[in-house]
Amino acid sequence: MANHAVVVDHLCKTYVVPVREGGVRAAVRSLVRRQTRSVRAVDAISFAVEPGEIIGFLGPNGAGKTTTLKMLSGLLYPSGGHVRVLGHTPFRRERDFLRQITLVMGNRHQLVWDIPVLDSFERNRAIYRLEPGAYRSVLDELIDLLELDELLAVPVRNLSLGERMKCEVAAALLHRPQVLFLDEPTIGLDLTMQRRIRAFVREYNLRYGATVLLTSHYMADVEALCRRVVVIHHGRLLFDGDLDELVQRFALDKTIVVELADGGCDLESYGRVLESAEGRVKLCVPKAETAAVTGRLLSEQAVLDLTVEDPPIEDVIEQVFAGELA
Amino acid sequence: MSGLTGVYWTLIRTALAEQLQYRAAMVIWLIGRVVQPVIYLAVWTIVAQARGGTAGGYSVRDFAAYFIVVMMVEHVTFTWNMFEMEYRVRTGEFSPLLLQPLHPMHRDVARNISYKFLTTVVMLPTCLLMIAFYEPRFELAAWSLAAFALALPLAFAMRFFLEWALALAAFWTTRVAAFNQLYFLALLFLSGRMAPMALMPEWLQTLAYWLPLRWVVAFPAELFLGQLVRAEAVEGLAMLGGWTVVSWGMLALVWRCGVRRYAAVGS
Repeated sequence: MANHAVVVDHLCKTYVVPVREGGVRAAVRSLVRRQTRSVRAVDAISFAVEPGEIIGFLGPNGAGKTTTLKMLSGLLYPSGGHVRVLGHTPFRRERDFLRQITLVMGNRHQLVWDIPVLDSFERNRAIYRLEPGAYRSVLDELIDLLELDELLAVPVRNLSLGERMKCEVAAALLHRPQVLFLDEPTIGLDLTMQRRIRAFVREYNLRYGATVLLTSHYMADVEALCRRVVVIHHGRLLFDGDLDELVQRFALDKTIVVELADGGCDLESYGRVLESAEGRVKLCVPKAETAAVTGRLLSEQAVLDLTVEDPPIEDVIEQVFAGELA
Repeated sequence: MSGLTGVYWTLIRTALAEQLQYRAAMVIWLIGRVVQPVIYLAVWTIVAQARGGTAGGYSVRDFAAYFIVVMMVEHVTFTWNMFEMEYRVRTGEFSPLLLQPLHPMHRDVARNISYKFLTTVVMLPTCLLMIAFYEPRFELAAWSLAAFALALPLAFAMRFFLEWALALAAFWTTRVAAFNQLYFLALLFLSGRMAPMALMPEWLQTLAYWLPLRWVVAFPAELFLGQLVRAEAVEGLAMLGGWTVVSWGMLALVWRCGVRRYAAVGS
C-alpha cells in the first residue's frame, strides 16, 4: 500500500440537502419546519492508483465523479472511509501535500481575469514559493508544450475559451505536481484544442511520471489517455479495470460489417441491421452468436469483405448506466 | 525577498495591477467612504450650533477633528471580506484558493493593503481639503500619537480577523447578506462612526465598552486626538489586544469547523 500514489478505502460522501414542495404553503411551512434529506453522492468506493498511472472516471452527471476528485484533492471532507494521496490525508491540506497536487476544473479559473497571463503565473510562483530558476525552466517547457508564447502578455479576459484553458492548465502545473486531478479538462473546447490538451497530458505523464485522475464526458479523452477506467454510478463503483475489459465484460453485442458482391440483400435474418448502403451492411448480433452468424454469412452470401468489431465504447457505457447490465 | 514577505510582495503587486483596472469603481467607493463622515459632521455641526456652539462637550471644530480622524481610521481598518465571501462560496471561487499552499486570508490581506495604498493617494488630499475647509481643532500629544501608532495596526488586524471569521458564516448558509447588514448596523452605532462615544447613551457606551467594535474605530481616533489619559489608553490597548487574540481564536475555530462543511458548490 505504501507504494500507491492514491489509496481510497470505502470512501463516502453524504450531502444534506433541503427539500420543499412547490407553492406558497410549502414555503411558509418550511419556515417553521425545514425538511432535509441525505444524498449519498459517493457510497463506499475503494480503489488504488499506482504512481504514473492515468485512470479515467466514467459516469453520468451526478454519479459522484467530481465529488470523489474533490475529496481526493482535499477540497471536501469525506463523510466516511479513508483516503491517502502521496501518503497524505488530503483533507488536512498540508502545504507539502498541496505543493504536489493540482486540481483542474474545466469551468473554474485560478487566473486573474484582468491582468496578463504572465502576472497570474508570477503570483502562483510566489504562492508555491518556486525558485526563479526552476520556475523559468518549467514555464519555458509549458510555453513550448502548450504553445503559449503569444498569450502571456494578454489579459485573461481577452483570451478565447481554448486559449484560457491552456493557460489554466499551465498555471495549475507550474509547480510540477506529481498528482493531477483533471475534472472535465476539455469541456467546451473545439476538437483541435481537445486533442492538444490530451496530447499535453500524455506528454506530461510520460515526462514526469505524474499520476493522473481524469473525469470527462468525452470518451475520446478517456480512450486516448486511459488504459484503466473506474466506472461510478449513483456513487457506487461499478467497474474498475482495463478499458478493453470493460467492453468485453459489458458489451452484449458485436458489430459485423459485411460487404456483399450482389449489392442490396436483406440480412435481417442474421441480426439487427444498423446500416445498409451500396452493398455494405452493418449488423448487430448477440456476442454469443457472433461466430455462428459469421459462418452462416460466409457460407450463404457472396461476401467480399467481413469484419467483426466491438460496439463503440459510448454505447457500452450507456448500456451500463442504463442498468441493463449492471 | 524570500518567505512570506516575498509572497506578500508579489500578491500586493498583482493586486495593484488588478485594482488599477477598476479606477472608476474605486473612485465611487471612495466617494462613499468620504461622504458618510461628511454627512455626520454636517448633522453634528447643526446640532452643536443649535445648542449654542457645543454638543456633549464637542465644539464644531472638535466634531470636525473627530470625523476627519474617524474617516482615516475607518479607511485604514475597513475590510470588504463579508461582502465578498458569500459570492466566493456560492460560486465556487473559493475552491482554487483552498487548494493552494497559502491560507486564503493572506491573499485578502495583500489585496486590502494594496487597495489602501492606492486609495490613500486620494484620501490624504481629501483629508487636507477637509482640514482647510472645517478648520478642526487638534490637540496632539506625543505619547498619545505613539499609542495611536500601536493601536492602528492592531485595530486593522482585529477587524480583519473578526470580519473574516464572521464572513465564514457563508460556509453554513450561502445567503449571508442579512447577517452582514446586522453587523454593519452594529458597527455604525457601536464603533463611534456615527457620533463620538461620549455622546451616546450610557447603556450604549457600556455595551460598546465590552464589545470589540468601539476599539477599532473610536479608540484609535480618541488616541490621535489626545482625548484619553494614560490609564485609559493602556486600558484601551489592553482591550484591543485582548479582542485581537479573541478574534484570532474565533477565526481559527470557525475556519476549522467551516472548511469541514464546505460543499464546494458551483465548481
